[in-house]
Amino acid sequence: MLNFTVKQLAADLAARRVSSVEVTQYFIKRINALGKTLNAFISVDEVQSLASARAADQLIAAGKGGPLTGIPLAHKDIFCAKGWLATCGSKMLSNFVAPYDAHVIERFNQAGAVIAGKTNMDEFAMGSSNETSFYGPVKNPWDTAAVPGGSSGGSAAAVAARLAPAATGTDTGGSIRQPAAFTGVCGLKPTYGVVSRYGMIAFASSLDQGGPFAKTAEDLALMLNVMAGFDARDSTSLQREPEDYTRDLAQPLQGLRIGLPTEFFAAGLASDVARAVEAAIAEFRRLGCETVEVRLPNMRLSVPVYYVLAPAEASSNLARFDGVRYGYRAPEYSDLLDLYCKTRAQGFGAEVKRRILIGTYVLSHGYYDAYYIKAQKLRRLIAQDFVEAFKRCDLIMGPTTPTTAFNLGEKAGDPVQMYLSDIYTIAVNLAGLPGMSIPAGFGATSHPVGLQLIGNYFGEAKMLNAAHRYQQVTDWHMRMPEGICSEG
Amino acid sequence: MALTLDDVNRIAHLARIEVEPREAERVLTQLTGIFRLIEEMQAVNTDGIEPMSHAQDVMLRLREDGVTGSDQHALFQAIAPQVEACLYLVLKVIE
Repeated sequence: MLNFTVKQLAADLAARRVSSVEVTQYFIKRINALGKTLNAFISVDEVQSLASARAADQLIAAGKGGPLTGIPLAHKDIFCAKGWLATCGSKMLSNFVAPYDAHVIERFNQAGAVIAGKTNMDEFAMGSSNETSFYGPVKNPWDTAAVPGGSSGGSAAAVAARLAPAATGTDTGGSIRQPAAFTGVCGLKPTYGVVSRYGMIAFASSLDQGGPFAKTAEDLALMLNVMAGFDARDSTSLQREPEDYTRDLAQPLQGLRIGLPTEFFAAGLASDVARAVEAAIAEFRRLGCETVEVRLPNMRLSVPVYYVLAPAEASSNLARFDGVRYGYRAPEYSDLLDLYCKTRAQGFGAEVKRRILIGTYVLSHGYYDAYYIKAQKLRRLIAQDFVEAFKRCDLIMGPTTPTTAFNLGEKAGDPVQMYLSDIYTIAVNLAGLPGMSIPAGFGATSHPVGLQLIGNYFGEAKMLNAAHRYQQVTDWHMRMPEGICSEG
Repeated sequence: MALTLDDVNRIAHLARIEVEPREAERVLTQLTGIFRLIEEMQAVNTDGIEPMSHAQDVMLRLREDGVTGSDQHALFQAIAPQVEACLYLVLKVIE
């Protein structure tokens, strides 16, 4: 069961070779056994999980099971699930039991999936290493001295260490793709607006998008089939015909044009990552794809632009945490203003405070045009680069990250260096395009390397098709961190 | 443009985050580093470019002006720090 895909587990569940209660117990036992080593989970509730598993077994017995019925899933602690803590990795929400379900959670509940637990994450999804969590850092299952990436580090580590067959995450500037790359699993960020943000604690609303983690592209498609869909409660949710994301998985890749941006292979890319990515691209050529060089000349500005726009949106979104209606309240204060200031000083960690201060500054009187409007103009130039590039290709490929997983503490003291680790992923969020990362081998220190695929708007099925065909001729995606996986 | 300690204290006040005087120096150093990165934006001419506030160029949806939710105040106030008679309690603001 350890290395089974969601599809394999679903087949065994449907054939009654195993029950959801057994599968859920198996994974919760692993979560508990590796809890201290990896710190991937914030909440585990075996009683609630097993109650859902029993209900799933009844659905299956009644012949009403679907592709995810009875499958235990790990959810990033940014999604509200009724009766579960939703801490968002913050002291501010360390006592917050969600009174309602996120749209994504509702959809998984309707599909009969089981919540295996809530995963650790960078505080309010602000971080690239999972070191900003109030609950302590998550360790990379391939090397516990290394970070798992962030902000969805717990979800990525959970799938990598086989603590859950699949998981959910969110991606504002790379928070699904970067940890997927660092931990050797698959992760997909859909086109902005495909997955509802209702009940997903907001960081930067014009960039945030939920998506799945799994071992295979096929499992990502099964997960996305459940997660995607219109929801009137999210004002930016898109009204579209439902898609079956598995429909094109087996299509041949003959004639598919892959764009390789010059900027993705320039200075700053580590040679071990470059080697693995180039080998993966060679494999796509053998599968019949053509490669063309494309240019994204404004991509270099995506990090500065992002660090204006995302903090600006965050400073507005996080204004709601004031110690009055829910969450943490400072124990001592002299008046209402002091209550706000102390609650926020004590409830938020250093990185979150830093970003709120940046956001407040760039939106303040006299600086709004120079920073905020300037960044929005550059955002359009960055998005237009992709429009031009997609005139010449069907998919874009390149590295997900400039290096493999770095060590815990290595960049924690230098915010700018940390921000630059998302150089290849941020532009995709600014443009609102779909992107994914799939395992493509290992680097010099035996840390996993991720290959990034970027699709045109609503090109999820095409990305999944390419990734699935690649996974039919390679086995990087089924490799496990042997040391960790033999435990538990 | 160089940030000053006064700027840090002013922004902290606007953001309603208490910054201790001994922390302010460190915050200033880090914000200065981040703004050095952000200043790279100024190298590109963006005259005549329409600002892009959103990934999708769609209008916000409208809906009928009607009641869609149900009264859940007891559920939502159950997790509040302090509540009395359905009201959130804070210190007196007006004497």
